[in-house]
Amino acid sequence: MFPILKVKAGFPSPAEPYLENPLDLNEKLIQNRSATFFVEVDGDSMEGDAIFHQDLLIVDRSLTPQNNQIVVAVLDNNFTIKRFHKEKNQIQLLAGNPNFKAIQISPEMDFYIWGVVTYVIHKVR
Amino acid sequence: MFALVDCNNFYASCERVFKPELNGKPIVVLSNNDGNVIARSKEAKALGVEMTAPLFKIKSFLEKNHIHIFSSNYALYGDLSERVMNTLAEFVPRIEVYSIDEAFLDFSGFIYKDLATLNQQIRQSVKQNVGIPVSIGVAPTKTLAKIANHVAKQQFPEKGVFVANDAQTIEQMLQVFPVDRVWGIGRNHTKFLQKRGIESAWQLAQASDSFVQKNMTVIGLRTVKELRGESCLQMEDVTPPRKGIITSRSFAKTTDDLNLLKEYIATYASRAAEKLRLQNSCTTLVHVSLRTNRFNRNAPQYSKSCSIQLPTGSNDSSEVVRYAHRALEKIYLPNYQYKKAQVSLTGLIPKQEVQNDLFSYKAPQEQEKQEKLMQMLDKVNTKLGRDKVKLAALGSDKWKSHAQYMSPRYTTRWEDILKVKV
Repeated sequence: MFPILKVKAGFPSPAEPYLENPLDLNEKLIQNRSATFFVEVDGDSMEGDAIFHQDLLIVDRSLTPQNNQIVVAVLDNNFTIKRFHKEKNQIQLLAGNPNFKAIQISPEMDFYIWGVVTYVIHKVR
Repeated sequence: MFALVDCNNFYASCERVFKPELNGKPIVVLSNNDGNVIARSKEAKALGVEMTAPLFKIKSFLEKNHIHIFSSNYALYGDLSERVMNTLAEFVPRIEVYSIDEAFLDFSGFIYKDLATLNQQIRQSVKQNVGIPVSIGVAPTKTLAKIANHVAKQQFPEKGVFVANDAQTIEQMLQVFPVDRVWGIGRNHTKFLQKRGIESAWQLAQASDSFVQKNMTVIGLRTVKELRGESCLQMEDVTPPRKGIITSRSFAKTTDDLNLLKEYIATYASRAAEKLRLQNSCTTLVHVSLRTNRFNRNAPQYSKSCSIQLPTGSNDSSEVVRYAHRALEKIYLPNYQYKKAQVSLTGLIPKQEVQNDLFSYKAPQEQEKQEKLMQMLDKVNTKLGRDKVKLAALGSDKWKSHAQYMSPRYTTRWEDILKVKV
């Protein structure tokens, strides 16, 4: 392996005094680093919400879900990704595909929110 | 006031963050090479799994009782630990990370805050951000905070927070706390104290200064004063540079092959050198030890170590490996089945203090080239994953350690991130 060394020679760059850090996606997409996790989507039930198979999700656990936000939830010990809907203390999980029925959360279900999806990264193929 | 925050059954809790079906299920985590139990969930403790029990002895018991087994996944535990610590640091200006799963928080200057409520928020926040449950003990000294933490865990598992800030609460807490579990009281002192009828932390706190100092030195006296509520141990927010770096491992299979041993030693030595480079220091003494399997009584036993003084400080992998190999060749005897090797680097000095000696003088250009190579090596390995690029002496992966029950490295490897079926 040959390390590439930058050698300074010639004229100084006129941009030198104005140099800034290049744009960093982490800075743009992540608000709370210690609470942010990446998750990969497996399946097509959220296509109506523009979340496709193998998309990469950025999930922030520190957020409390607001109505109609996409969440990663744990339902009877299984992970799922759905749209969160709350009305008069009644929670519903909605799929983004008309072929899937909405799930009513009843008190006897073992249910909790794992995190709120903040960004979807979709590879344009 | 100080708080001690302690993650509940940390390793088991880390595994549960990504496997919710394990909530409430018994879990054990094994040491490197899947040798012994090093962590247990509450449920596994209740089933009677002993700490440090060797896997081969209890494997059928674990299977029969449906206890979930994990190899230690330090990449995951280390990352979640950092997330916990960063979350804690958002609440207080001073935090001392005491171990991978414990931290002290300094609440001096927080007199107007309701510490019970604040710590409840802290606990809630760690649970929400990282998914790790913690217990918090709050008290006027670090030693008392440790005890308050035990109380929080044992007596208030739901609330998870216990504040001991008035004389009466502290006395009640110390009355029932066994003296041998006080932070800083070792086995010898415990025996001595129990012989004199001192069984509880409260009794120790009542002992006279002169008695304590005479029998337990000033360090013991400091502990006693802390028990009385007089703060003697301050926050140590700067981790002191390490005095030495040790890398040691038991092999998956015993061996008498010198070439294979050289590969092991090269791996440990270069890993240790990598750590040196991370903390910007150099070693002056390379120490190698080797031994056969102590537990196999029928096989001939041998163990020996050797230290080599370096002519000058170094943190260059190839140089450290060279000295380690020289040490290995001095102690190696054929016809023994070796089980474990260790490389330790001591006599550490800051890199700036390294002086070139006359005899091992390297031209500055050569030195610089070597340093650049090492930097490149570290960079590539952080990017691509460990040991993608390594010195030729490290050999192939044929002796890789056993980690049969390893969970994915959800937070440090792209190929391992959580996949959710939708």
